[in-house]
Formats: sequence, structure tokens, C-alpha cells
Amino acid sequence: MKHFLQKLASQLMDCNVDVQSKEKESVQVTQKKIPYSMDSLSTWYMSVTQKTDVKMPRKKRTPSQWQSPPVVLILKDMESFTTKVLQDFIIISSQHLHEFPLILIFGIATSPVVVHRLLPHAVSSLLCIELFQSLSCKEHLTTVLDKLLLTTQFPFKLSEKVLQVLTNIFLYHDFSIQNFIKGLQLSLLEHFYSQPLSVLCCNLPEAKRRINFLSDNQCENIRRLPSFRRYVEKQASEKQVALLTNERFLKEETQSLLENLHVYHTNYFLVLRCLHQFTSSLPKYPLGRQIRELYCTCLEKNIQDSEEYASALQLLRMLAKDELMAMLQKCFKVFKSSSEKQLGNTAKRIEEFLAQFQSLDAEAKEEEEDTSESQSKGLQKTDLYHLQKSLLEMKELRRASKRQTKFEVLREQLVSFIDSLAREYLLLPETQPLHEVLYFSAAHTLRQHLNAAPRIALHTALNNPYYYLKNEALRSDEGCIPNVAPDICIAYKLHLECSRLINLVDWSEAFATVVTAAEKMDANSVTSEERNEIIHARFIRAVSELELLGFIKPTKQKTDHVARLTWGGC
Amino acid sequence: MPHLENTVLCRESQVSTLQSLFGERHHFSFPSIFIYGHTASGKTYVTQTLLKTLELPHVFVNCVECFTLRLLLEQILNKLNHLSSSEGECSTQITCETFNDFVRLFKQITKAESLKDQTVYIVLDKAEYLRDMEAYLLPGFLRLQELTDRNVTVIFLSEIVWEKFRPNTGCFEPFVLYFPDYSIGNLQKILSHDHPPEYSADFYAAYINILLGVFYTVCRDLKELRHLAVLNFPKYCEPVVKGEASERDTRKLWRNIEPHLKKAMQTVYLREISSSQWEKLQKDDTDPGQLKGLSAYTHVELPYYSKFILIAAYLASYNPARTDKRFFLKHHGKIKKTNFLKKHEKTSNHLLGPKPFPLDRLLAILYSIVDSRVAPTANIFSQITSLVTLQLLTLVGHDDQLDGPKYKCTVSLDFIRAIARTVNFDIIKYLYDFL
Repeated sequence: MKHFLQKLASQLMDCNVDVQSKEKESVQVTQKKIPYSMDSLSTWYMSVTQKTDVKMPRKKRTPSQWQSPPVVLILKDMESFTTKVLQDFIIISSQHLHEFPLILIFGIATSPVVVHRLLPHAVSSLLCIELFQSLSCKEHLTTVLDKLLLTTQFPFKLSEKVLQVLTNIFLYHDFSIQNFIKGLQLSLLEHFYSQPLSVLCCNLPEAKRRINFLSDNQCENIRRLPSFRRYVEKQASEKQVALLTNERFLKEETQSLLENLHVYHTNYFLVLRCLHQFTSSLPKYPLGRQIRELYCTCLEKNIQDSEEYASALQLLRMLAKDELMAMLQKCFKVFKSSSEKQLGNTAKRIEEFLAQFQSLDAEAKEEEEDTSESQSKGLQKTDLYHLQKSLLEMKELRRASKRQTKFEVLREQLVSFIDSLAREYLLLPETQPLHEVLYFSAAHTLRQHLNAAPRIALHTALNNPYYYLKNEALRSDEGCIPNVAPDICIAYKLHLECSRLINLVDWSEAFATVVTAAEKMDANSVTSEERNEIIHARFIRAVSELELLGFIKPTKQKTDHVARLTWGGC
Repeated sequence: MPHLENTVLCRESQVSTLQSLFGERHHFSFPSIFIYGHTASGKTYVTQTLLKTLELPHVFVNCVECFTLRLLLEQILNKLNHLSSSEGECSTQITCETFNDFVRLFKQITKAESLKDQTVYIVLDKAEYLRDMEAYLLPGFLRLQELTDRNVTVIFLSEIVWEKFRPNTGCFEPFVLYFPDYSIGNLQKILSHDHPPEYSADFYAAYINILLGVFYTVCRDLKELRHLAVLNFPKYCEPVVKGEASERDTRKLWRNIEPHLKKAMQTVYLREISSSQWEKLQKDDTDPGQLKGLSAYTHVELPYYSKFILIAAYLASYNPARTDKRFFLKHHGKIKKTNFLKKHEKTSNHLLGPKPFPLDRLLAILYSIVDSRVAPTANIFSQITSLVTLQLLTLVGHDDQLDGPKYKCTVSLDFIRAIARTVNFDIIKYLYDFL
């Protein structure tokens, strides 16, 4: 309780110091003097508000404002507070409410019922509780991705695997946007650190300028990029030679390629959003409900090849008119909001479609009259045989005269238009030359850093000390125990071969054998007694280190035995 | 004193007892008085009103605020100082660390002119918090008159009976006074007392009658009832204001207010919604069924693996350890039902509550119920701790025990069934009690 109020008081009074530093008032609050009683807080509050009141008389005091502004206290993570402290604080502050107006904001991570669980009725009756909810975490993720990745404002992009790693950590492990952002920052860092051409990963005019300053080494780097090589192979032979030898020509070509890349991205995202508008409300969500799922699918493989795409188009062909019109409207807005001219005619086409759909209304009535005539055969008295015959006839008639209504024709046209758009613009980024400049794809490094596996690292270190120590002498094959490895590695490898209870005597003998085999050369330097003692001491140290790491533990089941705690090497 | 009778209702006998204890100003009174009674039985109110009306020098301290000894003692001394120096001189803050100092300073302060020859009263409200402070504090206050050799009386107000206060080492027994609960007649009288002046007393009394009829079975707390009375009165007056009914038309008024009061019982009384929301509802006159209270939001979003960790924890808590082999291994042997099992089969684990389990068992069960391979990364381990901070798991045993931490699962069966359904895991199949 004391700490709670101390923290509260120190934060409030420090804020006060900042506000009033202009008026040359220095309030020195040392650690010892921080008052931690509610009375002193109320007196401090009254003194502060009275000072500001002095300035007020000239301004008009609006009646809706508080006479003295309340103090807002935000308690992050309500569940992690000790309940007694929270209850006492609420009781105390409710008694001082008239002198020290306080508003409490509780951050609740589970569900609001926890308020009733943590606070007894006597305490919660002192509170006036209102509930407000922030966005669900998945929506947050979508917003973050939308603003950072699905835009041409920031040239840096993630490849599909990296995006998968980051979203998996988010969805499967912790729902933490902060960790996701850290992951993005880490990938940005890794990209700029490991890819020398990432100097071109900036906005377009700047990149063009920087191309002119590229050194010869950098040009070699460009030539070595696999996507660039594929591009070169497709060119005519003189151009190939020019690209591979002439620096200036190469730089000009790079500039134009970068521009193409930029245009590709603009078109890509527009068409992606348009497709999302169409497929986000289909039943069973074949292409996912949120745009990030669609984006992952598009990055993974050619969208035309996926079955979900085919089923989505199928479902689109069955939609009703008003839904289609709503989707078209949204699409139109998306295209309108961008200022690109390349897809200007697409916007016009969409407008045409909209107009056509709307004009269908007038013609729909004529259609109805036509179809109703064909069904003018009323109900007459028939027996079973005749009924069957007439039903079959009707079925044949319907199948034969299955001319599509105008609406269906239009719908078919629309779906094929969308399909063509997707095929043209939603190409895989790997097909674009110079995509390695903008795309970060080392998912393995990212996973290593973000999703650490301490046990596996420990096992690798003990089993294979070469991995960390990089000492040539330690390089060994699987299964062998190098004699010059550190003691703890030898002891660890020997213990892996044992069962649940390890006999210490046997273990130490094996250890001694391995170690003396390594030191056969130095037989003369030290007497055997001393050598045995040294080996014994080394063994005991290795065993206690293994116990500290948690691989073995002493047991009373058998004397001179230790119990093994881990299996399987992980 | 008529003024006193008007402000303090229905407590005549207690007031007269106290007055006789206080006696004349300069009389020495009983060294310590212990007043106890249920919540909202008027202890604080009566004591304060009595002391203020009789203008006796007193100091009122609420022990909830004084979580350290120093705060308590300094508060008492400073307030006494304010009392004695009544000409508004700015007195310095007194610091006092120990009870010894307190006694000494107390003697000094009570030598002042205005406090001489009068009984000084120290009222300690919520005295049960004194039990958690230093052990010598309570006996010290009980004997304050003797220690300081001055005319002082300490009054303790508490909801807990004196038997729970008595320290092991013995102490000076105070005078124990009990404030009984208000009966329904008393409640009616007190509530009708504060009627707004625009309406007649009878009208308000009828309203209170209706209110008590609805709420008396569930609530006898005076504070709650007053709050509810104030909140619901505008709605009650609505027909009169609109001109649809007169003040005497009790049937109409009753029909108007009754569903409203029932709704209030489920929402405002249970603190599902706040009173400002309730007032807004009344003004807007919308259908109150649309407003969702706090308890309506029970859904908890958890990441995928955390859900499995929680399910594994629930299984570990409610299944005995020896049945793990049967549920989670592919080729288990037969489990013989020994006599032991037959005797204790009737006790369902769900009735006994969750049992603690070690971390290794949790991880073993987790790895066997998750479909795909789960790498033992640091994220999984940190999720276990965050489940503990969310109070869905509890750490059992000492905090510092790093070797083999033990946990318990504290969620209910309905909750875990809802979670298991979202990951398509049939938890009932894996519970020993439902075999």
C-alpha cells in the first residue's frame, strides 16, 4: 500500500514540476520526502488547482468544464494487482473524493466479470463502473499490416515465409502487437544489415539518385542477383553484353527496373484491395475474411492456381444483384481514392458496370412478364401419370429455353473482368527483377531470434561444442566423443547413454578413461596419483555443473546414484 | 435535545447510553469504548453527530488510510494540534515515529488551554485494520488514559465483534456497545426522513413503502437503499409530472414503477451498469434490455497455444496422476481397479477442487494433446507465466522455488469447455470423472 501511494505521489508531483517549471518554481522532491498519505496528496492537489485558478478569472469559465480537473489514474493490468491493495486504495480514495477527484481506468485482459471477482460488493459499490472496449487484437494486426506493408509509401516488404513466421507468433503465442512490431523492426534491421543493395530500398526519386553513385562492387552485386540474371537471359544478345559490361547502361536499366517495380506494387495493392472487397463477404470465406489472409495467399503462389480462388469465383457467379452492386461501389471507391492513372480505365469500366446494373432495374419487369407467360398452364385435375408427364415436359422446356437473363450475362462479364484483373496484376513478387532489394526473406534467422529455444541451444552447445567455440580441434562426427572437448561435454555425452538412474562410480570411470586417452602424451609430467585426483576433481566439477543446469538431480532411491531428468536430447 | 433527536433517528437507547458515559465535560469517562454493529447501522454517523452537536473536542481518524504506524500517530497529533490552536495559527507538522513519542507528545499537546479539563475523544473508525499493525498498538490505545495520565477516551468503531480483537497477551477490556440492525419500520422512518421538499411526505412515504417491498428481501443495507431511492424517484414521479396521475393514485404509480424496480435489481444493484448509465436510460426511455451489463461479456480471447496450455493445466488438475498413462499414451496397459479405487470412486474430483501439479506434468500433457509438433521455445514457457498473471492459473508454494514450480488451474468447467470447443478438442473424453 505504501509503495502504491508513493509511486502515485511521485508521478503526480513530477508532472507538476514540469508544468510549472516555466514559472521558476522548483519543487525538489527527494526520495525520502515523498509524502505517501492521502491527506498530503489532497493538500497538494488543492494547492495546485488554486494556483491555476488564479490565472483563470480573465478567461470565460465554461460551465460544462470541471471546476477543478480530476486526476486520472490508469491501472494497467488490473489482474496483476494484489487485491487487498486495490480494495484499500478504492476505499481510501472514495472518502477523499470531494477534495481529490479521481478517475480510475482499469485495463482488463480477460473479461469484465473479473471486476466482480476481485472487488467485494462493499468496494465495488463505491465505484461508478462504465465499460468500454478497444479493438480486438486481430483487427489491430490487420490495421498494422495495412498501414505498413500493403502500401507503396514504404518500399520495404516481407516475403511470404517471413510474414508467416511473424503472424504465427502473434496468433499462436502471445497476441502481442508490441512483439509483432519488434519483429518487423528486427526484419528491417536484418535486411539492411545483410543485403548490400538495400541502399536502394527507399522512396523512388532518392533511389534513382543513389543509383548514380553506386560503386563497381555494387554493380557486380546487382549482376549477381538471381532475378536480375533471369531478366538478362530474356534480353537480346547485344543488350545482354551491354548490361554485363557497361556500368552506365546497367545503371539506367536499374533505374527503369526500379520504376517498374514501383508501378507493379501500386497496381498490385489496388487490385488486391478490389479483390478483397469482392471476396471478403462470401460464405465460408474461401479466400479469408481479412486482407492479410488474402495477401498471404497471393504471396504464396499464383492466385490462379489455388483452389480457393476458383471456388471464390464460383460463389461470385451466384451472387444476387444488390450484393454485387454494393461490392462494386466499394471497389469504385478504392480506385477513386488512389491517384494513379494506370488503372484509370479500370475505374471507368467499373463505373460502366455499375451503370449497367442499375439500368437492369428497368428491364427486369419485362423479363418477368415473359417468364410468367410460359407458366400459364394452370392447375387442372390430373391423375398420377398425367402429372408425371407434365412435370417432365416443364423440365425439358426450362432446360431448352435456358437463355440467360441480362443480369446473368452481365454478372458473367463482371466475374471474367475481375479474373482478368487478378491474372494481370497479382503476379508473384519473385517474378519481378530486382525484388531482392525490397523483399526480406530470411525467415530462418528471424525465427531463431524471435522464438528462442533455450533447451535446444543448450543441447547443441554440449553435444557439439564446435558450433559455438569454433575450435578446429573440436570438430567431430556424430556419436564420437572428441577427447579434447571441455569436461562438461564429455560428461554430458556419457550421461546420454545411461538410463534413468546413473551410477556415479561407473560414470566417473568412463570419464577418466576418455580423459586419459586424450592425455596419453603427457604421461611423464605428472604422477599417476595426482593425475587421478585431478581427473576426479574435474569429474566432480562437471557433474555439479550438470546438476546446476538441470540435467541430473541427486536421488535417495539408490546410494551413489543420480537421477536423469531429460530425455531425447531436447 | 430536540436537535439531536431530529438528526439521529431510531437510535435513542444507544445515544442515551453514550451520553451517560460521557457525562459532564470534565468528568473522566471510561478509558475505551468499543462500538460494533453491522454495515450501515449508523455507528460512524451517530458518533460523529453526537460529538459535533455536544461540541466535545474530538479527533476522527479512519484506520484504512493509516497503513503505517507513523501515519496514524501523526494524524492524531496533528488534528489535536489544530483543535487546540484554534486561532488559526499555522502549526508545524508533528513527526512521531513510535508509540512512546506519541505518549510524550500527547501529554504536551493536551496541556494547552483549550483542551485542559475536558475529555478528549479519539475516534478510530474501521478499527479492524489496527489488528494488522504492530501488536502493542491495540492494547496501548485501550489503556491510553492510564499511560498519558490525561482525560482521554478512545472510541473504537468496527464491524467485527470484540472477541476477534482480543490479543493473546490480554488487555484492558473496553466497554462494548452493540448497535443492532435497523428493523423495517426503522428503515422506513429513516428513508422517509429525507424527502425532497417539492413533494409531500406522504407521497414519498408511499414510494419508500413500494421500494422496501421490492428490495427488503435482498438488501437491508441503508446506504444501498438510500442510493436506490434517490435513483428511482424521478421515474416514480414521472406520471405525476406528466399529469397522467395524481399523487394519490397509488395503483397507477405502482404499475409504472414496478417493472422498473425489478430491472434495477438486476442491473444497478448488482453493479452491472453504472448509475449514470441508469439515469441516462431513464431519460431516454429506451428499452433497457439492450444494454449489456458487465456479466454479459464473459468471452476471453487467448492465443492458440495458450488455450492448449490452459486445457492441459485443467486436465492435470482434475485427473489423478496415475490415469495420465491411460489418456495420453497410445498403448497403455490395463488399469486394474483395486479396492482402493472402489472405495474412493464416489468422490468426484470436481467436487474436491483443483489439485496442484508440477510443471513437467503440464508440459508432458501439452505435448501429447497438441496435434502438431510444438517446439519447446521460450514463448511457450512465458505464456505459462502470463496465464498466472491473468489469474487463470495459480502458483502454489513458495515464490522462490525455481526447481519444481507447482501450479493449479482455477477456471471452471464451463469456461474450459467453451475454450476447448474453439480449438475442436473434446475435453470431456479426457476427464477421469466423466469416464
